[in-house]
Amino acid sequence: MVAVLALRASTRPQSAGNPMFFQALTFQLGYNATLVTFGATLLGIAAGVTGSFLFFRKRALVSDAISHATLPGIALAFIVMVSLGFDGRNLPGLLAGSALSAATGLFAVQWLASRTRLTEDAAIGAVLSVFFGFGIVLLTVIQTMSSGQQAGLEGFLLGSTAGMLYADAVLIAGGGALALLLVAIFRRPMMMASFDPEFARASGINLDRTDLIMMGLVMGVTVVGLKIVGLILIVALLIIPPVAARFWSDRADRVVLIAGALGGLSAWIGASGSAVAPNLPTGPIIVLTAFAIFAASLLFAPGRGLLISALNHRKFQRGVHIRQGLVSLAQGQAIYEPLTLRLLQAQGLARADGVATEDGVARASRVLRDEKRWETARGDPALEMAAARYDGLTQIEDVLTRDQIDHLDARIGPPRGVTP
Amino acid sequence: MLQIANSENVLAEAQNLRESPFAIRGLTVSYDQKPAVFSVDVTIEAGKMTAIVGPNGAGKSTLLKAALGIIKPLSGQVTLMGRPVAQEMHRIAYVPQRASVDWDFPVRVIDVIEMGMFRKTGLLGRLSRADRAHAMSCLGRVGMTDFANRQIGQLSGGQQQRVFLARALAQNADLYLLDEPFAGVDAATEKAIITVLKSLRAEGRTVVAVHHDLTTVPEYFDNVLLLNVRKIAEGPVATAFTEENLQAAYGGRLGTARLNAAAVSG
Repeated sequence: MVAVLALRASTRPQSAGNPMFFQALTFQLGYNATLVTFGATLLGIAAGVTGSFLFFRKRALVSDAISHATLPGIALAFIVMVSLGFDGRNLPGLLAGSALSAATGLFAVQWLASRTRLTEDAAIGAVLSVFFGFGIVLLTVIQTMSSGQQAGLEGFLLGSTAGMLYADAVLIAGGGALALLLVAIFRRPMMMASFDPEFARASGINLDRTDLIMMGLVMGVTVVGLKIVGLILIVALLIIPPVAARFWSDRADRVVLIAGALGGLSAWIGASGSAVAPNLPTGPIIVLTAFAIFAASLLFAPGRGLLISALNHRKFQRGVHIRQGLVSLAQGQAIYEPLTLRLLQAQGLARADGVATEDGVARASRVLRDEKRWETARGDPALEMAAARYDGLTQIEDVLTRDQIDHLDARIGPPRGVTP
Repeated sequence: MLQIANSENVLAEAQNLRESPFAIRGLTVSYDQKPAVFSVDVTIEAGKMTAIVGPNGAGKSTLLKAALGIIKPLSGQVTLMGRPVAQEMHRIAYVPQRASVDWDFPVRVIDVIEMGMFRKTGLLGRLSRADRAHAMSCLGRVGMTDFANRQIGQLSGGQQQRVFLARALAQNADLYLLDEPFAGVDAATEKAIITVLKSLRAEGRTVVAVHHDLTTVPEYFDNVLLLNVRKIAEGPVATAFTEENLQAAYGGRLGTARLNAAAVSG
């Protein structure tokens, strides 16, 4: 590992000029760079979409084992190709090797988790570290080979688009597109297996086969993405986009689409940055971009974002205070909580000494009426459905029809006046 | 004489299997070396409601899951109208225990119902307008129409259970298998569920439910299967749900007073 990273440290830094970055983003930086950025974007979409199902199935970390397990395959493929007299850097050859060892690693995780008493997380830890360690040993061996110095295999650790060939970019774009097609075909069984495995099996879905397809897709995306994102960080491109997307929607189909968009966006920006500064590893740029998107989603997404949740909570709290205050006014009780009194005052419903204003009296009697209606409605089995929408603030007029309310009122009796 | 009796038995058995929508023969399931269900034979009567009753750990849920192939039994055959159950899964709707699902999963109620129609749509098919209307009508049958667009995590336990039942209704099956449908639900839900189950029976469908509340067995069900790893008794509530059989199934785990209260007299 040290030897590998030392190679990287010797690269000279390049300045990343803004105009050039813009050119890269807009696909104006030459044919090859454009193709690489396009391939990366497609890969990012595929990773976000595939990763969503992994996230739904709660097996996100399996992808980490898969990606680390690719390393010995890459190294062995290099050694085999060189010893047979071919170019060791042939990407399809390296990816084929990585796929074989990733499949071995995946099988090892599955076997350990299902046939022994080890849990999946323990199996992942064991497989991940052993395969990665073995891979690093092989890389060190390659360093000592005469053809190993220029191998550039360390690019597979953190990702590198530098020196990528036209054919490589086509391979990556094609792999991403194929993964997307397969997800489109198998999305229903994968979704059902994730949501409710027992029901899925009872519906005739073969769970083992569905999981195999899901893991096969993850493996495919991992292998195809090795060159761009690198094996250490590809897990981030599979997991961060769906996790970020989850903040944006409560519907699985939308989460998948949003995750694809976010993954594509991260990879697009990351690959563009890398085109401008070829010596910067691509993977970390992509992952940092993805993280920025995640952080923004966490904070600002409507619905589940922290900011909107805090605002909603505050709004609800204020609503509750006002309502409680009005109920107290209606029943002629004193208001003790300073916040309640402040809110009532701000809305012109009460004076500073806690006495209701004219507005306050009118509102208070309406609120008291509403409370009584709710109380009666919630005790009535026939209104169960409406009663389930009770949240303490919703007006009953928004839930029940006029006739239903009249019916309630008939049971409550005539409205009582409120003394100011 | 013995020969004739035997061949009569064979004929009767064949007849039983042909007529039963859910017949289990010699089912044994074990976790590691300990059997959870041992050599159980069950013949569920068509068009009736059957309760599977027994103490905790008696293998009630396991029996259903193994019969459906959700977990792999050690041995045994399961048939639906005489045909292997694996070939007839499209005629079966299964309602798992509520606890088996991740309630934070990003699906809406209506999405859950539409999952019940996977067999119809298959891998790539789309739901037609009529399919969607059918899904909504199934929600209506459990009184949950207003909740179609809610995320399932926002529902109460009873409402979640009703959504599960609606998903099973959407499957339009002949045989309904429910695992503890009344566990932890409110009174309104219990009433809604039993009404739906009775309407299924009225339509000639067969209902089998794992049930834990002994006091409501005679009120809700026609037949009962008493289970404690082995089968203790099966048959109409009037003859099988007796104090003696309950004692055999529950052993000392149930006070005599409760047994008396639960069992049908006689």
